[in-house]
Amino acid sequence: MAKRPAKAPTQLPYEQAFQELEAVVRQLESGEQPLEEALALFERGQLLAARCSELLEEAELKLKTLVEDGSGGVDLSQLDEET
Amino acid sequence: MAQLALFGLTSPVLTVSDLTRRVRELLETDYRLQDVWVSGEVSNVSRPASGHLYFTLKDAQASLRCVMWRPDAARLLAPPREGQAVEAHGRVSVYETGGQYQLYADTLRPAGEGILYQEFLRLKARLEAEGLFEAERKRDLPAWPGRIGLVTSPSGAALRDVLHVLRRRFPLAEVTLAPTPVQGEEAPAGIIAALQALNRHIRPDVILLVRGGGSIEDLAAFNDEDVARAIAASRSPVVSGIGHETDFTIADFVADRRAPTPSAAAEIITPDVAELAASQRALAARLVEAFGQRLQTLRWGLDERRFELRLASPRAQVAGARQRLDDLRARAEVSITSGLRLRRSAVTGLAQTLRAVGPAAVLARGYAVVSLAPGGPVVRTRKQVKPGSPLEVRVADGVFPARAE
Repeated sequence: MAKRPAKAPTQLPYEQAFQELEAVVRQLESGEQPLEEALALFERGQLLAARCSELLEEAELKLKTLVEDGSGGVDLSQLDEET
Repeated sequence: MAQLALFGLTSPVLTVSDLTRRVRELLETDYRLQDVWVSGEVSNVSRPASGHLYFTLKDAQASLRCVMWRPDAARLLAPPREGQAVEAHGRVSVYETGGQYQLYADTLRPAGEGILYQEFLRLKARLEAEGLFEAERKRDLPAWPGRIGLVTSPSGAALRDVLHVLRRRFPLAEVTLAPTPVQGEEAPAGIIAALQALNRHIRPDVILLVRGGGSIEDLAAFNDEDVARAIAASRSPVVSGIGHETDFTIADFVADRRAPTPSAAAEIITPDVAELAASQRALAARLVEAFGQRLQTLRWGLDERRFELRLASPRAQVAGARQRLDDLRARAEVSITSGLRLRRSAVTGLAQTLRAVGPAAVLARGYAVVSLAPGGPVVRTRKQVKPGSPLEVRVADGVFPARAE
């Protein structure tokens, strides 16, 4: 697998953060790394776990309404809910 | 002939009850009259205190008395109105006391619904034959519905219910509503346009097609052929949640998944955020555990090397030599001590033996030593002694003189 520069955990969407966290844990569990690498993995893992937590706690449903404007384009506006 | 009839000679005379019973049996054994739908115009509706419903169905040529018992009547969404065109279902029998045949109705529907149902069945059969309902066609729902599309009325209860469920279970989602009427003439075109717009502009991970409960007429748009084809053509999987649990529309059959209600539809597409939180916590715990283990393993490795180093060091060598020395010393002590012990016991043994064979012991046993007196040699042979020779006899406790005879 080609190595691409890792995205900052604080920017990742939940699914990616979670999957990367799983990968990190698996790597640590298979345990071949020297100390520095293990430490780096652990730290990244902590950041990813924190990101997941944060997303879960602060999640708010994002709502939009889609209306076609008649000329092939689309208008995406905030959903106006009638309570 | 008529006179013969007058005297009851040609046919038996029946009682009113007998005849009535005969008529009743005749009607009740005709299976076509025991499970029948009748269409007509309602008139003379009456609902006395008993709660039972009485009415008449008529058309141009005939009328039919009907009764619906209270439990069935109570289930009606609305009582039949004077002049309304309806279809009633039930069985025909005779109210013997009143001498009246009537329809005992168990359900009532507005006229025309029957036709709609027939059309539904026909379309269903046709699309099924085309393979539109095949299980293989149905796509799997995404494990992670990050983007959810909604096709429903912007003012209906279905939208509220769906959003309520989504907020509770999966607030991580991005929801896009493509609003459309869900009944009436514009509904089919609106639904199709909404589905296409979502597919074209948003490409959601899944689309919910929902509306609340209603009559078969209200749900007609979801039995529309073009709507069915638009669902089949959707790139995103479609989950339907239409009407009540018992309502099945063509859309339900074509959809990738059918849910019994709009809320249920929202539920089946989403993971529960509480479960997500639990699995995330478990994973975080595994992370700490795994790192801890890794550290431990590294530490052991370090300890091993330290230990090896210690073994090879000069200090270790000296200590080793010293230990060997101590060891030898101890062994030496052991062997010296045991050697002495052996000699000692040997000496003791010899001494004992000596004592046993020494003269004192011999004398003690009763032997005597005879020697030529006085101070002469020990007599060993007879030749040494002549008669009258003076002798000295030694016994255990001393000597006494003697003369040979």
